[in-house]
Amino acid sequence: MATAETSIQEPDYVNSPPTLQVRDLVVSFKVENDFPRAVDGISFDLYPNEVLGIVGESGSGKSVTSLAIMRLIPDPPGKIAEGSIKLRGQELLDISYEEMRDVRGNEIAMIFQEPMTALNPVFTVGMQVMETIRTHENVSKDEARKRAIEMLTRVGIPDAAKRLKEYPHQFSGGMRQRAMIAMALVCHPKILIADEPTTALDVTTQAQILDLMLELKQKEEGASIILITHDLAVVAETCHRVVVMYGGKVQEVATVEKLFARPLHPYTKGLLASLPSTHEKKDRLYTIPGNVPSILQMPEGCRFCTRCSEVIDRCHTEEPKLHDIGNGRKVRCHLLEEGING
Amino acid sequence: MAEGPPLLEVQNLIVRYPVWGGILRHKVGEVRAVDDVSFTIEQSETLGLVGESGCGKTTVAKAISHILRETAPGVQMSGKILLNVGGQQINLLELSRREMRPYRSHVQMIFQDPFSSLNPRMTVQEIVERPLKVHTDQSRLQRQNTVKDLLERVGLQPEYAMRYPHEFSGGQRQRIGIARALAVRPKLIIADEPVSALDVSVQSQVINLLQDLQKEFGLTYIFVAHDLSVIYHISDRIAVMYLGDMVEQGDADTLYNQPMHPYTRALLSAVPQPDPSRKKEDRIKLVGEIPSPIDKPSGCSFHPRCPIAKESCSIETPPLEKKENGVAAACPFT
Repeated sequence: MATAETSIQEPDYVNSPPTLQVRDLVVSFKVENDFPRAVDGISFDLYPNEVLGIVGESGSGKSVTSLAIMRLIPDPPGKIAEGSIKLRGQELLDISYEEMRDVRGNEIAMIFQEPMTALNPVFTVGMQVMETIRTHENVSKDEARKRAIEMLTRVGIPDAAKRLKEYPHQFSGGMRQRAMIAMALVCHPKILIADEPTTALDVTTQAQILDLMLELKQKEEGASIILITHDLAVVAETCHRVVVMYGGKVQEVATVEKLFARPLHPYTKGLLASLPSTHEKKDRLYTIPGNVPSILQMPEGCRFCTRCSEVIDRCHTEEPKLHDIGNGRKVRCHLLEEGING
Repeated sequence: MAEGPPLLEVQNLIVRYPVWGGILRHKVGEVRAVDDVSFTIEQSETLGLVGESGCGKTTVAKAISHILRETAPGVQMSGKILLNVGGQQINLLELSRREMRPYRSHVQMIFQDPFSSLNPRMTVQEIVERPLKVHTDQSRLQRQNTVKDLLERVGLQPEYAMRYPHEFSGGQRQRIGIARALAVRPKLIIADEPVSALDVSVQSQVINLLQDLQKEFGLTYIFVAHDLSVIYHISDRIAVMYLGDMVEQGDADTLYNQPMHPYTRALLSAVPQPDPSRKKEDRIKLVGEIPSPIDKPSGCSFHPRCPIAKESCSIETPPLEKKENGVAAACPFT
């Protein structure tokens, strides 16, 4: 909620350079004697003050992308095979493990879908928040405790001084996610990566957590959020721009207004059309035929060709380029060249 | 809507789970998971049961399908669950496990998790023919043919009958679960969150399949879900639960367009919309969290979070009352 004294910080795509630049990122996982690519050459930018949505279904590579940015891909079997991830110009893939530890928490923090598995069950919530502070900053225990209480209060945990001594199982799902957010933001990172942060939560709690994330971002100058989700409605309500992923590749990039007003990629169109609504009752839902292919059985040519309703011959043999159609909008589809769609 | 008596009438259903505690694990209290809930379902209609976690929607579903007693020892139930089949009226709640057996084929369930609800050691053939073995006297060959037909009907290739569940994707497994539920030609199917574990693009396939099957076989559904858009799409009537109480029920369109209970209003306004131009400021914000059902608030259970709560709300439990627009809501102030 924007109040009178806090000015709304909007991203500036023209004058400010991107905080994070991902270029041609390839992440592969060893499966028997094969190295299928979970993420296959994706590129995107994240600007200061921006909330960027990465949307996709299971197996689209959205979570692997976020783990790659944090350099948390389990190696082996996973490997960042190619590409570059630059944080304010600095290459994250070249720095040492120790330097990367400084980046995590201080510069980029992450929250996960299931806060119960992300929090350590045998330590109190307070100890876990304090550990984060003391790992990154040279402060006394008392100072760390004070900051932890302050942070837990800011994320809306009532009676924080008392709840500091409780264990994660004593927290409800929403409260655990608040505690995760407190841990992630306590060292004022510039980028928060939220991987399905509200998927396990109830609707009213989901609304509270999303509001909280946006509110905290507003208070931090130049901070940005990467929101990874399968839920297009959540994206519409929270993000500035969206990256739609399918089969490990970026299929469409657009501002939320443009994407929802006029989706261009057949996959995006299909996804939007298949959503049930709370306003108008449709007789029948639109369906995308078939199933999400596994990364071991990706089709030749366009990744979506086996399920696409507008497929043409070329799609089965030739991989479409990610066309830049201006105003930051990009679409990976042959139909743009054929002039049918663009 | 079909003529005749309603298929199912639930009257004053109360379900209490014991709470075990102490070193000797004795009963230290109880949770009223479902607290005096009544509703009816007409033939061939879909009733949507919505609410957030802990509201008792799944407990209601399990009580009707008679699996609660097997899965929750010590559970206490009172009230009536009346099933009208073949000109008879049977109170399912009074039946013992053995007495229930002939009626089980009328009420079948589809579960949320397509991974844990199919036995990994059984082939699809064995899974789907299991209810046929129990409830019918079909021969082996007849059963094989029935399974083939069922698989085709739910959109799977009949050759898949000899495969195991792990060879299928989530959506395909849910289709197997649907085929199993359909095998004995039930009257009522209780679907507990049947699409919430599926990808968006697969979710709409399964919803369409369920609607097609309903038309074809005249099925009646109780559809339990937390996703308010899915519920609206599939339901004729909707019942909203909060902390074990029925707070509102009515025709789906009226209830969504003119919700009368403050909880339903807040719930509907919290649903994110795929429309970036929507103003979030109009949203009704609920403070606090859903209380634990163990210490349920007195009076109206929603009063600590209700934006229009009055003093009397903490004392008196409001009954469901019919409002002008036809929905029944448990709030005297709307």
